[in-house]
Amino acid sequence: MNPRADILPLVLDDVSFEINGMRLIKDLSCTFEAGPRTAIIGPNGAGKSLFLRLCHGLLTPSAGTIRWAGPDGANSVTAQAMVFQRPVMLRRSVAANVDFALKLRDHGKPDRTVIIDEVLGRCGLRRLKDNPARVLSFGEQQKLALARAWALKPQVLFLDEPTASLDPAATHAVEEIVQAIHHEGTRIIMTTHDLGQARRLADEVIFLHRGRMLEYAPTETFFTEPKNDLAQAFVKGELLWWKLGKDNRRAGGYEIDKAPRRRN
Amino acid sequence: MNDISDAFAAAFAMVAGFDKDLAEIVGLSLEVSLSAVFIATVIGLPLGAATALFRFPGRKVIIVVLNAFMGLPPVVVGLIVYLLLSRAGPFGVLGLLFTPTAMIIAQVILVTPIIASLTRQVMEDLWREYEEQMRSLGAGPVRSLTALLWDGRFSLFTAILAGFGRASAEVGAVMIVGGNIDHATRVMTTAIALEVSRGDLALALGLGLILLVLSTCVNGAAFLIRDAAQKRHA
Amino acid sequence: MAPVPPTRRIRTTLIAALVLVFSSFKVSAADRFITVASTTSTRNSGLYDHILPLFTEATGVTIRVVAVGTGQAIRLAKAGDADVLFVHHRPSEEAFVRKGFGVKRYDVMYNDFVIVGPKADPAGAAKQNAAAAALTAIAKANWPFTSRGDDSGTHKKEMGLWRAAGVNTAKSAGEWYRETGSGMGATLNTASAMNAYALTDRATWLKFANKGELTIVNEGDKSLFNPYGVILVDPKKHPHTKVKNGQAFINWLISDAGQRAIAAYEINGQQAFFPNVKSAN
Repeated sequence: MNPRADILPLVLDDVSFEINGMRLIKDLSCTFEAGPRTAIIGPNGAGKSLFLRLCHGLLTPSAGTIRWAGPDGANSVTAQAMVFQRPVMLRRSVAANVDFALKLRDHGKPDRTVIIDEVLGRCGLRRLKDNPARVLSFGEQQKLALARAWALKPQVLFLDEPTASLDPAATHAVEEIVQAIHHEGTRIIMTTHDLGQARRLADEVIFLHRGRMLEYAPTETFFTEPKNDLAQAFVKGELLWWKLGKDNRRAGGYEIDKAPRRRN
Repeated sequence: MNDISDAFAAAFAMVAGFDKDLAEIVGLSLEVSLSAVFIATVIGLPLGAATALFRFPGRKVIIVVLNAFMGLPPVVVGLIVYLLLSRAGPFGVLGLLFTPTAMIIAQVILVTPIIASLTRQVMEDLWREYEEQMRSLGAGPVRSLTALLWDGRFSLFTAILAGFGRASAEVGAVMIVGGNIDHATRVMTTAIALEVSRGDLALALGLGLILLVLSTCVNGAAFLIRDAAQKRHA
Repeated sequence: MAPVPPTRRIRTTLIAALVLVFSSFKVSAADRFITVASTTSTRNSGLYDHILPLFTEATGVTIRVVAVGTGQAIRLAKAGDADVLFVHHRPSEEAFVRKGFGVKRYDVMYNDFVIVGPKADPAGAAKQNAAAAALTAIAKANWPFTSRGDDSGTHKKEMGLWRAAGVNTAKSAGEWYRETGSGMGATLNTASAMNAYALTDRATWLKFANKGELTIVNEGDKSLFNPYGVILVDPKKHPHTKVKNGQAFINWLISDAGQRAIAAYEINGQQAFFPNVKSAN
C-alpha cells in the first residue's frame, strides 16, 4: 500500500443521497482534478456538508458512484483528511492529538516526533503542545484540527466551514494555514458560507442549492457573471427561499423541483 | 443512643489495638472486592464500549440484561452462584464453594453489569462526538474502542468506583457462597451481620464504621489520583 | 508527544495491578481442613471459638464452620457441600441417616430451649410449668411472639410446641404471631425491640447482648430438651467427603477430651452445653 499513489481525480457520477425518503443530494455529477482549491457555497440546508461527507466516505450515496483514482480503493482512505466545523478534540494533550492520527498511519516514534513538532510549529501551537486540547480556545482548537490533518500529508483535505464561529483574527490564521497546506500540494475542497473567504481561498466555486449543483465555475467567473439566477441572488446576498417561485423553476439548465413549502 | 457512642469506642479500640482478626477480615474484604472489581473492569469496560460503538446481533439483549442485572439483589446472585458451585451443581467438582474465589465470582457477577452499563453510557456520549473524526482518520474498531476507553478514563473511573461501592457493601452474596467462615471467608459485611445476630449492636456498628472509613479511603485515594491526572490531561 | 507516552505508563500500572491481584490469591489447597455445616446457635454462642482451636491443636486439621439454620445445614450436607453435619433436630438427623446421606448419628451434647419474654410477663407465661401451657397463655393474651420461621432446628422445635399447645399460629401470622424468617439473633433483636416473647436456645440467649427488657419466663420443661447430634456425610453419596478428618473430628467430639472441652465452655459463668455421650445409641 503506497499512500503516495495518486487518488485524484475524484469522480462523482449521478450521486444522490436520501434519508427517510427525503432526497438531500440530487443527481450530482462532477470531477475533482488535482490542483485547484474548491469552495462549495450555498444557503443553509443546501447539502454542502453532506456533499463533503459523501466525498470523504463518511456517508454512502443512495444512488450513483463516487470513485477515487488509483489501483487500490484503500489508498484513498489514508490519503484524505477532513476538518470539521466543530473541531473534535481528543481528551489529550495538543501533541497527543496529532500523535494519535499519526499512529493510525503507522508512523514510527522518531518520525512522529519530528512531524508533530513541525506541524505544531507551523500552526503556531508549539508552545501549547503539552496543554490539554480541550481547554484551548475555539480558534486554537481549529488550528490544532488543521495541524492534525496536515500531519497526515493528505492528497485531499476536506474542510467543513472551518471558520464558521471564529473571529477575524482566528479566521485569518486558519486561512493562512489552509493556504500553506495547499502550497504543499494538497487538494483543498471546502465548504463556506463566507463569500469573501471563497474569493480569497478558492480557485473554483461550486454553488449548491437544495441538494443540486447549480453552478461549478472558476471563482472569478462565478462572482462576476454567475450564470444561474439563484447564484446571482446568492452572490448579491439575497435570501434565497424568498426568491423561489414559479418564475424560477428553470435555473441555469437545472430543474428546480418544487418551491419550498416551508422555511428550514 | 448509647449504642452509637459504644460503637465509636468499639471501633476505636479495634483499630487502636490493631486486632489481628480484624486485620485479616479487612484484608480479605479488600482482596475479594478489589479482585472482583478488577476482573469486572476487564470484562465490563470492553463490553460496555462495544455495545456503545458497534451494532451486532444480540446487542440489545445484552444492553437490557446488563441494565436489569444492575439492580439484581446480591442474595439472588449468591444463590445462583451457590447452586452452580455446590457439589451437586455443574461446577461442584472444582470445590470452590465457601472459598474467597467463590465470593469473587459472585461479586464479579454483581459488579460487571454496573461497570458495563455505566461504561456504555459514557462511551455513547463520547462516540457521538468522536465517530466522524475517528472514521475520517481511518481508525478501525479496535483503535476507536481503545481511544474511547482512554479518553473516557475519568468518567470510567467513576463507573469503576461505583462497582467497588457495590462490591464492598454487599453482604447477601458473599454470605451465601462464602459461608462467613472464621479465618477463611469472613469479610467486613458478613462479620457485621454476625455481630448483629449475636445482638452485639455496638460491635457491629463499630465494624461498620471501620468499613465506612476504609471505603472512604479507597474513594478518596481514587479521587485524588483522578484529580491529579485530570489536571494534567483534561 | 511528551517523551513518556501515558499509554505506556498505564500499561505498566495495569500489569503491576494484575500481578498484585493474582499474587494475593492465597493458595489454601494445601491446608488440611474440613467443612462443617452447623447451626447459628452453636456458632453464635461462641462454643466453636472455644473448642475448635483445641481440636486443631491436637490434630492439625482446621474446621470451617458454615453456620446456618438446621434445615439449610441439612440441605448443604445433602448437596455434598459439607463433610460433617452438626445440628439439633433429632428427627431430621435420623431421616438424614436413614436416607443414606449420613453414615451414623452420634449424640454429642445438649442444652435446652427457653421461652424469653418481657420482664413484666403480661401473658403470665412464667406461671405455667409446661412449655406448651406457657405458649397457650401467650396466644390467649395475644401478646407479640417472634418466631424464626426459617425451618431451623429451633423453629421446628417451636412448631412442635405450638402443636402440643393446640394453637394454630398460621391463623395469627402477622397479628401477634410474627415470623421474622431469619436467624436466632435477628429474631431476638426483633423480640427485644417489640418486647415480644420468643423461643431460643439457652446458649444463644446467654451470649446475646441486646436483651433489652427481655428475660427468661419459662424453662426447665422436659419438652424443651435440645440435643445436638453430629453425622459424617456418607462418602457413598459424596465420594469427595473428607472421611478421615471428618471422622477424626467426630471421634474427638465424643472423646473424653472433646466432652471435657464442651463442658468447660461457660458464658457469664454458666455452662452452655452439657456433654451426653454416655447416652449414645
